Amino acid sequence: MKQGRSLRAYAIGYLVFLYAPILLLPVFAFNDSKIIAFPLSGFTTNWFSEMWSDAQVWIALKNSLTIAASASILATTFGIFAARASQRYRFPGKGAAMGLIMLPLVLPEMIVAMSLLVVLLAVGVPLSIFTVILGHVLICTPFAVAILTSAFQSLDRSLEEAAYDLGETPVSTFRLIILPLVMPGIISSLLICFTISLDEFIIAYFLAGADTVLSAYIYSQFRFPARVPAMLALGTILVLVSICLLTVAEYFRRRGIAKTGGKDTGGFL
Amino acid sequence: MARMQDPGLRREARSGLAMVSPTLLYAVLLLAAPLATVLLYSVLTSARGQVSWDFTLGNYIEVWTGPVYRAIMLRSLTVALGVTLVTVLIAYPIAYFVSMHVEPSKKSLWLFLITIPFWTSYLIRVFLWKVILGYNGVINSGLMSVGIIDEPLQWINYNVGALIVTLAHAYAPFAILPIFVSLEKIDRSLLEAGQDLGESKLRTFWRVTLPLSMPGVIAAVLIVFIPTIGDYVTPDLIGGGKLPMIANMMEVQMLKVNNKALGSAIAVSAMLIVGIVAVGFVLLNRRFLGPQK
Repeated sequence: MKQGRSLRAYAIGYLVFLYAPILLLPVFAFNDSKIIAFPLSGFTTNWFSEMWSDAQVWIALKNSLTIAASASILATTFGIFAARASQRYRFPGKGAAMGLIMLPLVLPEMIVAMSLLVVLLAVGVPLSIFTVILGHVLICTPFAVAILTSAFQSLDRSLEEAAYDLGETPVSTFRLIILPLVMPGIISSLLICFTISLDEFIIAYFLAGADTVLSAYIYSQFRFPARVPAMLALGTILVLVSICLLTVAEYFRRRGIAKTGGKDTGGFL
Repeated sequence: MARMQDPGLRREARSGLAMVSPTLLYAVLLLAAPLATVLLYSVLTSARGQVSWDFTLGNYIEVWTGPVYRAIMLRSLTVALGVTLVTVLIAYPIAYFVSMHVEPSKKSLWLFLITIPFWTSYLIRVFLWKVILGYNGVINSGLMSVGIIDEPLQWINYNVGALIVTLAHAYAPFAILPIFVSLEKIDRSLLEAGQDLGESKLRTFWRVTLPLSMPGVIAAVLIVFIPTIGDYVTPDLIGGGKLPMIANMMEVQMLKVNNKALGSAIAVSAMLIVGIVAVGFVLLNRRFLGPQK
């Protein structure tokens, strides 16, 4: 297995390349220098306390959390409808309808943001965190649909029919049988959408108006070299939070597949 | 069509449409309608920040013939194609390794490790590349403090190459998934058959594995090409504002110059480029798969 060994070495090298920039993040967040360069000049937690005492960070964080929570709940709800419809029913125009819903996945984000902006300005909707939520729901929904489709896919239709035969209504069947079985998929979708929204920049930057959102705030601070180390400290925390959310999401995704007896094909998509 | 007359199917169609309608309505209102507006704006005239109902193709003529716009579109296309090529070439062996050489129970762990960076802090990762490749950046300061170089290298910063490295890193994980999926679908007995019939491993790969995984490669190409051609952050941060791409040009026209008609024409042109490339690759894919079917 010589071929296997050299491929493994390549794969490990690739992981190093993939993670190298992220690993540099804590290195410079704890480095006692305003300049992001080698050699390192000692350990400090000043950047974390500077970031912690920055009132703007907290306002932006509150806005970002509001956006991420709203967008993930709305997108997952829309995702449940669309995934259920595409898995359970045949109807005319299904391909076109699902195509439109999934379109943001294959459209440059800038185009989504700009076309939305043009319409919002034309209609006269003031830009705020509300308009960011509108945009985030749009780009999160395809991911929710993808995750939930695989959850509904592994659902055994005869369970549902058995419930009808035993006198349950469609609504109570959905609540008692289907919902618990796809619950892990729903939680996974909520967490993924939350992470996407928290991390998203383009829509948050162009549609927030005067409101500050975390990613846009970080971007604006990058212009000031003196502010960069504190932003790297903030970034370190954000990356840690994202990784935790994703790990929990992956756990629920796998549990969902195990619960309905499906085969793990790996990955969120 | 005749089957739609069946009452059971008709009821099913109604329930299906009712079920998909909330999501569909949202997508129509907030995606289809805005895209249609941009399409309409692109053939109207914009003067002093106002779009008026004078139909014209002037915006498109300006976008497709103006030297500045042409240079920017050409740069976007070069960067996107470069990123796609690099990303897919790097990703293929990884997808192959995980699919062919990793135990089934560990496959999802590998995929999880590969996809994590994709989901986290896109903005910060791009900025870190600026810090790594910059004039006084990590590479230059590191090499200088070790004494390998005496003055900062300039060919690593603020050029198209730096844009490509950064974007290739940002979208790398995205290319692996579709290739992995298509490799997983290959019937392993075909590979054994190839070798039993006296083909070498390399020839088996070339004549069986690679053609069969082509749909995944095409999907990877599209999934990397589309977001990179519309990337906004990387040209701004890494290029230092001196290497604008389509998205930056869109921002300037839409918001700074406030010429929404021209900005819309740029957006439609970008979608057109994406569409042409996508159709081209899908046709290529069909040709690849044609003889085998």
